[in-house]
Amino acid sequence: MSADELDAEIVQEFLIESHENLDQLDQDLVALEQSPGSRELLGSIFRTIHTIKGTSGFLAFNKLESITHVGENLLAKLRDGVLVMTPEIATALLRLVDQVRGLLASIEHTGSEGEVDVAPLADELRELLEAKLAEAAQPAAAKAVAKAAAVAEAAAVAELAAVAEAAAVAELAAVLEPEAADAPAPVEAAEPPAKAEPAEVDVRSAIGDATIRVDVNLLEQLVRLAGELVLARNQITQRAGNIGDEELSRAAHQLSLVTGELQEGVMRTRMQPVDHIWSKLPRVVRDLSTQLGRTVRLEMEGGDTELDRTLLEAVKDPLTHLVRNAIDHGIEPAAERTAAGKPGTGVLRLRAAHEGGQVLLEVIDDGRGLDGPKLAAKAVEKGLLPASRVETMSSQELQQLVFIPGFSTASKVTNVSGRGVGMDVVRTNVERIGGSIEVESEPGQRTCWRLRIPLTLAIVPALTVESCGQRFALPQISLLELVSLDTERAASGIETVGEAQVLRLRGSLLPLVRLEEALGLQRPAGDDGMAAVVAVLEGNGRRFGLVLDRVLDTEEIVVKPLPRALKDIGLYAGATILGDGAVSLILDVASLSRRQLQGEAHDDLQAANTSRQSGADDERQLLVVSVGAQRRVAVPLEVVTRLEQFPLADIKHVGRRDVVRYRGKILPVVRLADHLSELADSNAEFVPGVVYTSRGRSVALLVEDIVDIVAEGSTVYSDVEDYGLIGSALIQDKVTEMLDVRAAILAADPHYFDDQPEGEITAEQVDDYDADYDSVGAS
Amino acid sequence: MGTLLSTFELGDHLCAVVAADVQEVLMSQPCTPVPCSSPWVSGLINLRGQVVPTLDLRARMGVRSSDNDGAMSVVVRRGDEVWSLLVDRIGDVIEVDEAQFELPPDTLTGEWRQFIIGAYKLDAKLLLMLDVATLLDLSAELAVAG
Repeated sequence: MSADELDAEIVQEFLIESHENLDQLDQDLVALEQSPGSRELLGSIFRTIHTIKGTSGFLAFNKLESITHVGENLLAKLRDGVLVMTPEIATALLRLVDQVRGLLASIEHTGSEGEVDVAPLADELRELLEAKLAEAAQPAAAKAVAKAAAVAEAAAVAELAAVAEAAAVAELAAVLEPEAADAPAPVEAAEPPAKAEPAEVDVRSAIGDATIRVDVNLLEQLVRLAGELVLARNQITQRAGNIGDEELSRAAHQLSLVTGELQEGVMRTRMQPVDHIWSKLPRVVRDLSTQLGRTVRLEMEGGDTELDRTLLEAVKDPLTHLVRNAIDHGIEPAAERTAAGKPGTGVLRLRAAHEGGQVLLEVIDDGRGLDGPKLAAKAVEKGLLPASRVETMSSQELQQLVFIPGFSTASKVTNVSGRGVGMDVVRTNVERIGGSIEVESEPGQRTCWRLRIPLTLAIVPALTVESCGQRFALPQISLLELVSLDTERAASGIETVGEAQVLRLRGSLLPLVRLEEALGLQRPAGDDGMAAVVAVLEGNGRRFGLVLDRVLDTEEIVVKPLPRALKDIGLYAGATILGDGAVSLILDVASLSRRQLQGEAHDDLQAANTSRQSGADDERQLLVVSVGAQRRVAVPLEVVTRLEQFPLADIKHVGRRDVVRYRGKILPVVRLADHLSELADSNAEFVPGVVYTSRGRSVALLVEDIVDIVAEGSTVYSDVEDYGLIGSALIQDKVTEMLDVRAAILAADPHYFDDQPEGEITAEQVDDYDADYDSVGAS
Repeated sequence: MGTLLSTFELGDHLCAVVAADVQEVLMSQPCTPVPCSSPWVSGLINLRGQVVPTLDLRARMGVRSSDNDGAMSVVVRRGDEVWSLLVDRIGDVIEVDEAQFELPPDTLTGEWRQFIIGAYKLDAKLLLMLDVATLLDLSAELAVAG
C-alpha cells in the first residue's frame, strides 16, 4: 500500500469516526441544556471535540484544528465548572458543530477543507469565552480552585485513578492561570488530554474488539445470497416432501432450519435501531422551537427498535417532516397553550415498536390537533372534493384529507414546513417502501401520525393468488381481508352501479377490480371463472376489492427487481421465484388502485353503452328503492350512474323545481315521493339520491332509502298502472312498482331530452326499457 | 484475427451475435408470461435464481417458426441486464473474417434493415449479424402495441 493510499484510508477512517461523533455531539449538547451540570455529558462532548482536534492536527487540517481548539477551550471551562452552560453557549457550540460538519463534508468531497473562513466563529467563541470568564472569574477566583479540586476528585473516582490524577493536576494548573486560555493555550490544553488518551483508547478498544466495520455492499451481497438460499431451500423442501424419502426429508428439514437461522442472522446485519435517525431530531426540535418561540419537550420511546437500514434511510425524511410539522402547526405558542388550559411546554413524543411483523412509528404532539370541518372547507374550496362528498365523511375520514395531493394545512407558507412539500409527499414516500400512514387527532388535544413500515424490503410475506390459471404474488401489507364468494354468491354478490362493479361488504359498497380485466388475462377454455375470492386491499389511501379466482398459499417471497423494459408497465412491484421454481409477478397494489379506480365517476356515455351491450345477455338488474312510508319502486340499474347522499339543507327550490349543488354544478332533482303523490316519510339529514347522467347532464331522483339490487328475471309482472309508473311486479314477495324513468327525469328537468338527437343511446335506453316492459306487461 | 460469433437459426435464416456477449445457451424453459407487456416479450424465466426476461426473437423478426416446442434460448448480457432470446435452434460458435463481411444490401427494407448490422458470406449460407441493442429496444414497439 502506497503512502497516498494509506493517507486516504486514514482520512476516510477519520471522516467516518468524526461523523459518528458529531451526531453524538448534537445529542449531547441538546441534552446538556436540559441538565447543565452533567459531568458525564460534558466529559463526552469534550472528548469528542478533543479527538477531532487531535486527529485534524495530525492530518494537517488546520482550519478544523483551530476551530475545534477554541471550542475545546470553552468546553474545558464548562467541564471544570468554571462556566455554567447557558443557551447562549449551547447555540455557539452547536454552530461549532455545524461548521465542523461543513469542513468534514468538504474534506470528504474535495479532499481539502475548502474556502470556508473559520476565523469569525473562532473569534466569536473566544470572545464569548472571555466575556463569560470575566463574569465568572472575578469574584470566584478562590472558589474556582476549591471547585476545581472537588471536580478533579470526583473525576478521579469515576475514571482510571492514575490517569485522572495526571489530568486533574494539569487542569488545576490551567484553572489557576485564567490567562492561559489565550495565547499559550494550544500547548497547555494539548498536553493533559494527551495523557488522558490511553484511558479513552482502552475503553474504545474494548468495544472495538466486539464490532467491526463491514462494507455495506458486502452485506447487501450476503443478504441477496441468503435470499437465493431461501428459494433453493423452498424448492428442495417441496420436492423432498413429494419423494417421501425419510432420510432426504430429515436432511431437508435440517437444511430448512439452518437456512432460516442464517437468513435471520444476515437480515439482522442490516438492521439498525431507530435511534440512528432519531438522534438528529433533538437538534431539529431545539432549533425549530427556538426559532418559532415554542417550548417543546421531546420524548422518545422505543429507540432500540430495529429496522432495515435502507428502510430507515427512507423514513428519515418523512419522519423529520412530521416532526417539523408538529412543531410548526401542531404545538401552539406557550401563551396560547396556557390560555387553553394546557401546560406551557408542549410535548412531542416519538414512539417506535414492533407490531405484527411491522414497525410502528408514531409522532404524537399535544398541540391544537386537526380541525375536521376546517379541513373539509379547505378541500372543497380548493376543489379537491365536492361538498356533498365531504359532508358525508366522518371526522376520522376528514382528518385523512391532509394526505390528498395539493392539500397543505398551513394557511400561509412558512419557511419551516410549508415548502410546497405536503403530507401527500410524505405518504407517497412511505407507501413507496411498502408502508402506510394515517393520522388520528382530537381537536385541541393531540395529533398522532402513525407510520407502519415493513421490517425489511427484500423479503416480504405475500399471498400467492391465481387468476385465469396464472399465479401472482400479493404483498400482505396491503391486504385487509379476504372475502370468499362461492359459485352462487359470485353471481349475485357482485353488483353493478353504472358500469362499476361493487360488492356489498358489511353495509358499505366496495369498488371491485377484476384482476383478469386489469391485466387483460385470457381465461383458459373449460374454466368458467365462477368461484371467486375478493381480496380487500388498501392502496393510495383507497380501499378496493380485487377479484381473483383463488388464493393458493402464503409465502415469504424474495423481491427481485424487474428488468427495465417491464418496470414501465407499472402494474408489478417486482418478480419472485416461488417454491416450485416458477417465476411469479408481484402485483403493485397502489398502482392497480390508481389505474383502475380513476374512473370512479364515469359519466362517459360510451362506457355506459359498452357495458350495456356486453351485459345484453345477462339478466337486467333492478335497483329497488323505497318511496314514502312503504312503497317500493324499482329502477333499472343501467340508468343509474351513481348513488349519492344529498344533505337535506342543500336542496333548494328554484321556481317550481328542486335543485341541489352537486360537484360544482346545479343538479335538478325530483323527489320521487312528490312525483308519485306520496308523502315524504323522513326528515333525515341526508337524502339518498339516484343520479342519472348522460352527455354531461344529470338529474337526481330522491328517495327515502336504497333497498336492494335484484335481478329482473325473478320478477313477476302485473299490469297495474298508475301515474309515473309503468306497472308493478312482485320482487322478493313484495309488490314493487316499476318507475317510468323517462317521466321521472322529465319531472326533474323538462328539457332533459330536448337537445338530444333522436336515437340517442340514453333516451333509447330509457325507451327500450319502457318498450320491453310494455311487451311483458301486455302479454 | 477473426471474430467469434455465436450462431443460431431463425426460420430459414442463419443469424449470429458476438459470442463475447453470450452468457450461455439454454434448452426451452418454463416461462411466466407478463400480462400487459410488449408482445415480443414472452415472459420471465428463472435462471438459477435470477429473473430473466425472454424476448421471442422469432416474433420480433417476424419469422414464422416451424415448431414451437423445440425453442432454445441464447442468453445475452446487455450492460447490467441479462436477456434470454428465443430462437429455433442453436448453431456453432464460428470464427469469421472481416473480409467476409458486407453491409446489408440496399434492397433490404423495413424492420429487417434496422435489426441487421450486415452479413458474412459463408461458403454454404449467408450469416446475418443481428443488432441486439435495437432488438431489445422495446420502447417504440411498446407505444405501438399499447
